[in-house]
Amino acid sequence: MTTPEQKNTDFAIEGHGDISVGVRGAGASGDGSASATRITPGNALRPEDIALEIRKGQVKPTEDVAEYALRIGDDGLILAQRLGHWISRAPELEEDVALGNIALDQLGHARSFLTYAGAAWDKSEDDLAYFRREHEFRSAHLFEQPNGDFAVTIARQFIVSYYQFELYKRLTGSTDSTIAAIAAKALKEVDYHRDHTAQWVLRLAGGTEESRRRIVQAFKLVWPYVDELFEDDELTARVAATKAGVQPSSLRADFDQLTGEILSEAGLEEDLKLGAIPQALGGGRQGKHSEHMGYLLAEMQVLAREHPGASW
Amino acid sequence: MTTPANATPASQPHETPWALWEVFVRSSRGLSHVHAGSLHAPDAAMALRNARDLYTRRNEGVSIWVVPAEAISSSDPDSKGSFFESPQGKDYRHATYYTKSEGVKHL
Repeated sequence: MTTPEQKNTDFAIEGHGDISVGVRGAGASGDGSASATRITPGNALRPEDIALEIRKGQVKPTEDVAEYALRIGDDGLILAQRLGHWISRAPELEEDVALGNIALDQLGHARSFLTYAGAAWDKSEDDLAYFRREHEFRSAHLFEQPNGDFAVTIARQFIVSYYQFELYKRLTGSTDSTIAAIAAKALKEVDYHRDHTAQWVLRLAGGTEESRRRIVQAFKLVWPYVDELFEDDELTARVAATKAGVQPSSLRADFDQLTGEILSEAGLEEDLKLGAIPQALGGGRQGKHSEHMGYLLAEMQVLAREHPGASW
Repeated sequence: MTTPANATPASQPHETPWALWEVFVRSSRGLSHVHAGSLHAPDAAMALRNARDLYTRRNEGVSIWVVPAEAISSSDPDSKGSFFESPQGKDYRHATYYTKSEGVKHL
């Protein structure tokens, strides 16, 4: 992560996880030396841009919007930490890169949401990521679930991506312009995550007897954490009332329909009987987490706490 | 790769490895697809997606082709002479005696 003091000519890590130079329009198309590997930084909203607007006093979230953004940011942050564990461990090199890409996308969304949320309490994205304690994290339980085998990671990501797509699709119309802008950038990336995981659900279900057994078992492991994603509470009611956010329950019908289409195409509905799977208690939005969270945070936060203020 | 405690080892050994695919990327409209590299994938749909992840992460492209590597026939490096040296010295085959119209970039 970069410091808020950086100038826009410095190198910056952008949402897609690459080093990019803050020069617009480098390598514009139409020159004769067309290379298949020409790099252009593109023009998307970055966490640094949000931090700059905050410092200039141009944007500041309300307390409610900040709490709401904190939940969404924490979901992405915790999931990115989980997915990062696959680097060098995926079944094939190509899938290593694919999961790494999804992790970086999630981290990019988290950085933007946490940067914006932190503006309400004068905290940076790093303060929020590295110096909060377990009970201060607001992510839902699904995101901290262990990776398990490849099928478990795919099943977890499949649920997450379909949920996030519905959420961001609606947030692009948020009355809070920063939330709307972050959601618009995240939406395209999450759309790809949906596609990637759906492809794998279909292939694991239609592959060998063993791959099918594993994806069925995987869905049974992660499905108990689905209901928590769609629970309304007082905060979501308030942000929905101002149209800055949405009631999670309003996403459920579309989520059920679209995931149902893939699961039915994969011929998994009979084996899964999702309606009969009991749901876990939840509580992540109030800072009550599972036994997995402490270990995850210990690993994620150790460097920043050993060397406060360290930068790359 | 970690496996849950209740997982049994795979009943059959690892199947045949994924096929090799060659990737061609078009960097912008009006240009040709250029060979960018290769990758392994179980089928064409996944090959396209893997190509997107591996070869277009920095805005390199607007279009991708993937071709099974085995579908490509290539010239024999040993017959370079008979294949490629005949045009040498035959300047008249080049359009060097014409003036290019203004604004034509890709000729």
